[in-house]
Amino acid sequence: MSETSVRLRAAILQTKPLKGQYARNLQSAGTALKQLSKDPPDLVVMPEAALTGYFLEGAVYDLALPAERFARDLAQLWRGACAGAVVDLAAGFYENDAGTYYNSAMYLHVAPDGEQIVHLHRKMFLPTYGVFDEERFLSRGRNLGVFETRFGRMALLVCEDACHAIVPTIAAVKGARVLIVPSASPGRGIENDGELGSIAQWRDRLRFAAIEHGVFVLYAGLTGFEGGKGMSGSSCMIDPRGTVLAEAPPFDACILRCDLDLREIDLARATLPLLGDLGSALPDLLLDEELPLPRGGRAADR
Amino acid sequence: MLPIVEPARQIPGPPGIDPAVATEWLVAFLRDELVVRRQTRAVLGLSGGVDSAVTAFLCARALGPDNVYAIRMPYKTSQASSLADAALVVEALGIHCATIDISAAVDGYLQYEPNADARRRGNVMARTRMVVLFDQSAKLDALPIGTGNKTERLLGYFTWHADDTPPLNPIGDLLKCQVWELARYLGVPGRLIDKAPTADLEADQTDEADLGISYRDADAILNLILLGYSDAQLVERGFSPQQVALVRRRVDGTHWKRHLPTTAMLTGTAINEFYLRPVDF
Repeated sequence: MSETSVRLRAAILQTKPLKGQYARNLQSAGTALKQLSKDPPDLVVMPEAALTGYFLEGAVYDLALPAERFARDLAQLWRGACAGAVVDLAAGFYENDAGTYYNSAMYLHVAPDGEQIVHLHRKMFLPTYGVFDEERFLSRGRNLGVFETRFGRMALLVCEDACHAIVPTIAAVKGARVLIVPSASPGRGIENDGELGSIAQWRDRLRFAAIEHGVFVLYAGLTGFEGGKGMSGSSCMIDPRGTVLAEAPPFDACILRCDLDLREIDLARATLPLLGDLGSALPDLLLDEELPLPRGGRAADR
Repeated sequence: MLPIVEPARQIPGPPGIDPAVATEWLVAFLRDELVVRRQTRAVLGLSGGVDSAVTAFLCARALGPDNVYAIRMPYKTSQASSLADAALVVEALGIHCATIDISAAVDGYLQYEPNADARRRGNVMARTRMVVLFDQSAKLDALPIGTGNKTERLLGYFTWHADDTPPLNPIGDLLKCQVWELARYLGVPGRLIDKAPTADLEADQTDEADLGISYRDADAILNLILLGYSDAQLVERGFSPQQVALVRRRVDGTHWKRHLPTTAMLTGTAINEFYLRPVDF
């Protein structure tokens, strides 16, 4: 990939999948992407479990795919919709890695003559409380990777990954300038004024991450009701000063578009250099002997 | 002297609700969940009370009045005003309405059980209403919609496998006080909101007399119990030990009513134990 572009024409496809109907959902996504064919964006982000639905219980084993297969399906989807255009796609899916199952998100580069998986992130924080039951069915990822794209360094955080302040922090310290957050959040909390509490909470935490680290945040929320639990959509794009540039409604599938000026990142960081400050103080914080961390290095992954 | 700033101490009230947000959410719920079930029409029992009225208003918003069928199912001892109050809802919304008297069906069985007490008789009526509702569902090709609220679900103040049987329930996660607020927002006729709630299974019956506590107090206590507060913490916040004990006893004594029947597990493929598929799969 050549020189980093300063302009990122981003789109979020907020999907509303039919439960478990992967082929039909692919088709619907293709129809939606065709709408972009006259002016294709540089990057399209889709939610967590974008093409299967989120609450699959044991059916996750029927629907999980090898990463290469999902990459091929996404690439074909794009070529069918916007033939000839180069694009990056980021989407969440259930991954079958030779019998080990993950809640994953992929960043894929698609050119007319081939595709390349740029990064595969396996969700690290699997919510298993209350309405959530992920770790009953899935294994957790062990790495927070950042990766180079033609728009600079990025990180993928799947849903709860982004709820722990330390995760966007580490991603930013490792150089990520754009955080992509595919998510599936069952909406709840009706006591707030004007919107569900969980939607307001998500927007707050994403804005705080953007402001603190001077990063763009692209949040893709799944939508549609699943067994009474309404996925709260509300996909949004947030600039490095915390401004919500574009936001989708909670209900129904839609496409959100916004052109991002990536030079905003350096300007925001010059005004509020918290990330630089953190870089110098981070060793003192993380090497604190009172922290409950294993000493002498991390345990082996497997 | 410096001023001391501290929040006023008062007994917690029931949780609030943003009725516009809740309405938007519940309308989307009804639309989406009917699509999954390949249905376009709803049928519900309309009692003349606020719960079924709110449910009818939500269904009419979500599906259009022409797709909503209300069934009034009086028993011979039901108050005449209940029928009239249900009619107010039908008129306000322009939904379909039928009246099916369950007296003959209920009495057809109860003639063999002349000594059945009020509770048993009430349960027979509630279950008969579901026989009617599900048959009307088949006749009208319309999905039965439940009308039970969260307060009665938590207190076990309903007939198991009767009021709780319809496959969709839009208000089952709303406490009674929240249902009242939602009713005001939706424009439910004031009579239905202001009158004393009643199961209308016996003459002069009211919910609050049956339960021994007001809905306002019950909802406030239930809310804190669900959030994990202990009885002692509730008493510290100003509720009487008797009220707290009453609500706690009803909740703890009725967990079984909020579950499907218990099935003996014998294999490694037991349904809903090992073989796990979501309802909309």
